Amino acid sequence: MLEATGLKEIIKPENLTYRRSEVLVDNTLSYCPGCGHGTTHRILAELIEELGLQSQTIGISPVGCSVLLYHYLDVDIQQAAHGRAPALATAIKRLLPDKFVFTYQGDGDLAAIGTAETIHACNRGENILIIFVNNGIYGMTGGQMAPTTLIGMKSSTSPRGRDVKTMGNPLKMTDIVATLPGTYYVTRQSVHTPANVRKTKKAMRKAIEYQKLNKGTCFVEIVSNCPSGWRMTPVESNKWMEANMIPFYPLGDLKTPAE
Amino acid sequence: MAKIRGSIVVDVEKCKGCEVCMVSCPTGTIAMAKEVNSKGYFYAYPANPELCIGCASCAIVCPDGVITVYKTKI
Amino acid sequence: MERELRLMKGNEAIAEAAIRAGVDGYFGYPITPQSEILEYLMEANPAETTGMIVLQAESEIAAINMVYGGAGCGKKVMTSSSSPGISLKQEGISYIAGAELPCLIVNVVRGGPGLGTIQPAQSDYFQSVKGGGHGDYHLIVLAPASVQEMADFVELSFDLAFKYRNPVLILSDGAIGQMMEKVYLKPQKPRATEFPDWATTGKSASRERNIITSLDLDPEGQEEFNHKLQAKYAEISKNEVRFEEFQCEDAEYLFVAYGTSARVCQKSVQIAREQGITAGLLRPVTLFPFPSVRINELAGKIKGILSVEMSSGQMVEDVLLAVNGKVQVKHFGRMGGIVTTPEEVVEKLKSFFIGG
Repeated sequence: MLEATGLKEIIKPENLTYRRSEVLVDNTLSYCPGCGHGTTHRILAELIEELGLQSQTIGISPVGCSVLLYHYLDVDIQQAAHGRAPALATAIKRLLPDKFVFTYQGDGDLAAIGTAETIHACNRGENILIIFVNNGIYGMTGGQMAPTTLIGMKSSTSPRGRDVKTMGNPLKMTDIVATLPGTYYVTRQSVHTPANVRKTKKAMRKAIEYQKLNKGTCFVEIVSNCPSGWRMTPVESNKWMEANMIPFYPLGDLKTPAE
Repeated sequence: MAKIRGSIVVDVEKCKGCEVCMVSCPTGTIAMAKEVNSKGYFYAYPANPELCIGCASCAIVCPDGVITVYKTKI
Repeated sequence: MERELRLMKGNEAIAEAAIRAGVDGYFGYPITPQSEILEYLMEANPAETTGMIVLQAESEIAAINMVYGGAGCGKKVMTSSSSPGISLKQEGISYIAGAELPCLIVNVVRGGPGLGTIQPAQSDYFQSVKGGGHGDYHLIVLAPASVQEMADFVELSFDLAFKYRNPVLILSDGAIGQMMEKVYLKPQKPRATEFPDWATTGKSASRERNIITSLDLDPEGQEEFNHKLQAKYAEISKNEVRFEEFQCEDAEYLFVAYGTSARVCQKSVQIAREQGITAGLLRPVTLFPFPSVRINELAGKIKGILSVEMSSGQMVEDVLLAVNGKVQVKHFGRMGGIVTTPEEVVEKLKSFFIGG
């Protein structure tokens, strides 16, 4: 491994503070530089490792940029048709109720083509975790408008910006599922700063642990960036996200268990 | 008073040079290299290693998980 | 163990047979004329007895994708629907074929296109045997002609599905789904407790992770996979052809018909013979693989073939391919939900081949 290292005398096994999770396969992620998918994958891998769930986990990857999730997470994974991950997860969890079952979906997958599957899985209170990465754009197909694209936001299919009159409003799926009695814990987080990563990890840890309680669907939205689709540098995209995405999709818990 | 010192190791070939670690580093330890890795990315490296406090902020925002962090009290 | 004799609808027989075959999960959505399958299972509530999961999904699309998920765990899972609903499932069926997952899909066919009618038809033949969704794939297609076969084919379907890691379709129709006949039911089988090594059941430390996917972005890899699928279909075609012959030994004219049409043609054989026309019937039980070899053999000994189906003429194309010009082949069928009568089949045979 070609390394760039700091002070050699500190690099000793007993001083190790942070390492890449062993649940993350030693592959280079296929995501563009600075993409929040990688960070979200990493948090998920770390939690699966820390909670000792590797042998208990069945994940479902979507269609979209994160379709190849199974190249990166060292757990059993099924790849779903576009939008259908919650349907797969429903059957998997019902047939294997002791396993930890999660879906990982983007905004096109979850909030457009998969709207019905998402809402009905949440409404039935399927005992699964849905991870929803929302960057307001179709990344994989080249930056088209998504259901969550902000008003006025440009994309390859809204080149003059999203016009509400002809293209409709951005859809707040997380707000919708929070109103459903079947959901148990609904939260919206981001992964663009160290502080936000820590909060997301805490929220996701709760969402994973709640699955053991059999109390309903946990839903974690990650407001994220798409440097390539937004045509910005990664650092610019994070700043733009803070200034534009987060005011419309405010971070924090939308629904917490009544404890 | 004990001083906390840290050190990072960057997996250069997996780094995509997104700079998110650099802007997240509270001490200015990290900079982007002037040369590129085999993929053509200007990779991150500890330009000012003596400033590192091992807080792992760089590692936990890194989308590609390329940074390992060590920390000790001196 | 004693077999149990019951009087049941075809749809009910499938449902009861599924419970008794040790099926792990059924995922359905109401549509006429197959809703009794879901209704029967909900009433029977096998969750309390065998542990079988029964779920009414939000759509046929969700139901078939639940089947994908369950099948990916190595479980015996199934869905059922009727023609418009089966069209909705086609994307999921293509993914299931591409991911090589075993499962059972039941189509209780009604007339189409579009919303069509709720009466029986056989107009989904092409969709069933040629793929149906996108990409080069085949389902194993079984065509029951009685309530008894509705029940018997459930277990057979899962045996074939798991043997070949391939989805199996029972292609029935509204007549067989709705009619009541006596049926012998097999005793209850326990649900499986061991699962195939490819299933996603949680990665133990002793194995690599299991991945269920139909994606391979590398064209070389995707072509290799397609060759593998084709080799599998060739193997299925070699081993699994099933058909039934009725008075073919001395036949001068042959009906080829499946399902409800085969029952009609059985009567037509009788009527024809009463009129001095030595007719016989070949009933394909598997529509994929198709009994082409046997039809070709018979084609060398007879004067004409009438392919009878409740459609505009779909299976007749496979009959023509099988016969390969050896003898004249004609099609007769009613459409729109009308079941052909035995008498009109005989009249057609006469007008096509004998005159008068």
